[in-house]
Amino acid sequence: MNQEISVRIAGEAGMGMQTVGTVFCSVLRRAGYHIFANQDYMSRIRGGNNFFQIRVAGFNLYCPRVSCNILVALDGASPGLHAGSLAPSGIMIFDHEKYGAGLSDSRLFEVPLHRLAVENGGSELFVNSVACGFLAYLLDLKIGYVHEALHATFGTKGEEIVRKNIDAANAGYSFGKSSYRGEIFRVEKGAMPGPYLMNGNDAIVLGAVAAGCTFYSAYPMTPSTSIMEGMAYYEKKGFPIIVEQAEDEIAAINMVIGASFAGARSMASTSGGGFALMVEGLSLAGMTETPVVIVDAQRPAPATGFPTRTEQADLNFLIHAGHGEFARAIFAPGTAEEAFSLTWHSFNIAEEYQIPVLIMTDQFLADSYRDIEGLDFKSVKIIRHIASEKDIKQYGVYKRYRFTDSGISPRAIPSRISDVVYVDSDEHTEEGHITEDAEVRIRMVEKRYHRKMELLSRTLMKPKSFNLENAECVLIGYGSTYGVMKEVCASVADNKIGFIHLSQVWPFPSSDIVGMLGSAKKKITVEGNAGAQLAGLIRRETGISVDTSILKYDGRPISFDYLMEKLKGEL
Amino acid sequence: MNIADFKSDDPIAWCPGCGNFGILNAVKKALVLLDVKPNQVLLVSGIGQAAKLPHYIKCNCFNGLHGRALPVAAGAKIANPDLTVIVTTGDGDCYGEGGNHFIHNIRRNVDITVIVHDNQIYGLTKGQASPTTDAGYITKVQPYGVVADALGPLELAIALNAGFVARGYSRESDYLANLIVEAVNHKGFSLIDVLQPCVTFNKKNTYQWYSERIYKLDNSHDPSDKKKAYEKAAEWGERIPVGIIYRNNRPSFDQRLGLSARKPIIDEDLSSIDISSLMNEYV
Repeated sequence: MNQEISVRIAGEAGMGMQTVGTVFCSVLRRAGYHIFANQDYMSRIRGGNNFFQIRVAGFNLYCPRVSCNILVALDGASPGLHAGSLAPSGIMIFDHEKYGAGLSDSRLFEVPLHRLAVENGGSELFVNSVACGFLAYLLDLKIGYVHEALHATFGTKGEEIVRKNIDAANAGYSFGKSSYRGEIFRVEKGAMPGPYLMNGNDAIVLGAVAAGCTFYSAYPMTPSTSIMEGMAYYEKKGFPIIVEQAEDEIAAINMVIGASFAGARSMASTSGGGFALMVEGLSLAGMTETPVVIVDAQRPAPATGFPTRTEQADLNFLIHAGHGEFARAIFAPGTAEEAFSLTWHSFNIAEEYQIPVLIMTDQFLADSYRDIEGLDFKSVKIIRHIASEKDIKQYGVYKRYRFTDSGISPRAIPSRISDVVYVDSDEHTEEGHITEDAEVRIRMVEKRYHRKMELLSRTLMKPKSFNLENAECVLIGYGSTYGVMKEVCASVADNKIGFIHLSQVWPFPSSDIVGMLGSAKKKITVEGNAGAQLAGLIRRETGISVDTSILKYDGRPISFDYLMEKLKGEL
Repeated sequence: MNIADFKSDDPIAWCPGCGNFGILNAVKKALVLLDVKPNQVLLVSGIGQAAKLPHYIKCNCFNGLHGRALPVAAGAKIANPDLTVIVTTGDGDCYGEGGNHFIHNIRRNVDITVIVHDNQIYGLTKGQASPTTDAGYITKVQPYGVVADALGPLELAIALNAGFVARGYSRESDYLANLIVEAVNHKGFSLIDVLQPCVTFNKKNTYQWYSERIYKLDNSHDPSDKKKAYEKAAEWGERIPVGIIYRNNRPSFDQRLGLSARKPIIDEDLSSIDISSLMNEYV
């Protein structure tokens, strides 16, 4: 019996790895297993080689393994490309009839995927379902779970499509039963998995919908695009959302600013290159004190970089983006659950302090699936902080940028008060008119920057920590490294390792970090970048120098195995 | 409403004699004719001398970044279709820095009115060529004369099938006010390119130069005839036509999305959004 296994499904872009991958995730979850699935894909529509890797276990999973136990090679090139990542005791499923003899590798097992698809489903389109059926046999899963998953996935396409997929899956399962004599990859079961499968971008969409985001604009850019698709999906479903694809990211952020000024909760999402174009607008949001929420789903840069891969190298960029000085908040969710809660929270923070709020994710979090118990919809609060006619009457004349005791000026919605609202990107008076007065300038800068940063630093998300008391060594990370740190810490004997996960990186939670790191013997940042940006940020904000940084900048996520290997020398 | 209702106390920062004054008066007159209240109107601008105009009228104002007035205006109008949204922009702001937004907002066709103060020069940065400066015109940074040919904004707009394309002249303030009324009443993106002398930096296209050439289009021009409209838009030299050059009734953004049938998204009761069934999608 295995504690866990990993299944890798590989093939050319366009072969439907994501579909078969998510269907098989659904099968596993129904069969009572926890899963973690990540996607490795190239920047092309057809050809090349992509894979979808699913880790299966009887306990909660938060990160990928570097290698796999089962490889489903859907094309001729995959056996050669992935042989090195397959465990010595693993199995490689390959269609010799379609692609020829393949490698001479004792792990190779021949399954006529295409023939079975054509004979049972009527077309080669059903290859993936044949593979699903065969995998079910290989993992000793009841075929009924495959039927259920196929119903759930293809149900909206009609009974006939479902039937053909089921026939193809049955053929794959029967082929395993009649022809496969090797080891069955049984996995030990434990606590039941969560009833839902979700990736990071799904969770951001749900956070935005739950927060009442009614206007969304973006320009398509991997790996953020599925957020735009998700918002449009809920628009079509009848939620009060208008999604507008912009001509460029400059237009996207300016439309979002315009809609927010007019009173709509508004959001944009992009990746680093698109965010670079939004930077001018970010500064506009800062100056005009217009609330906006922007997601940066990071990918490796500079410039176009690796369009479909992962990195965490925009940390310094996001903290410093924009000409001039103004307040902002930056969140870095580590899981789908956190992506959901930080997204709805971002809308409240943006409106309370009238600032841009940035949500920093990456391709790894965006595209990786986990089984989850659910999302905490009950905690969702919508707090708008909009000044009504009654609120502004207490002052007599309405001034958009009035200096107040709280430090926050009254934000009223144009046409929803009897007075008018003036907003300006130039330095402005309390009334919102252009000024060049030095005294006004000083007070406005202090209001927009010093005061808001001070207020924001009272609302910080406390970093999450684990086993800090006993640890010889404390890991520190932000964003998507949460999962791998969590699993690694839990698996090292004698509680030798603890970790800190930053859900919010700006304003920097300095006093929390000083307190948490105070007694740590050895401090190590874990980062998906080359510049040890978090280590630098900690030093700058707290004066604490970490001992070392474990970095990764090859465009691939930090796997459990990678972090364990790197830590060997540190313990 | 009368002109006094739109009076702003903000001191005006334009040069004496600037063509912008005629446009400012025309906008105020148009708002009176449109019978809208100051709080129902949103003026959006970018950067440049034209972009200061919203400060000189009492109504809602978003004075944003250079070139970026159009996406802000579109976002605001989509969020709240109740607003009368007018953009006051310049030839550099709208056709140069914001050229991409100009093209795509004509396509998008949100119901906004765009008044371009076209003085064929950069005023605020002191006299460089703009996209509409005539080729050959000499400036400090174009000492051999402007090399690029001038952009024809009206021809471009007609090629993009803009629903309302007009040309005005800042000295003809009443005439311009009526054009603005027509433009605001048009459902969809409407463009008025307003010829406007820059008394400080444009020594060629002066009041006299324009007054000698400008004539008003009469009933003999059919603005629904795209081919004829294109010819009128391109007429530049000895005679320059002003008036409504082209119009069509292609559906606006909100007509295509059926926005008028529902309440503005800013009036949605966000706390009543039913999120209970959302998780069913992720089983």
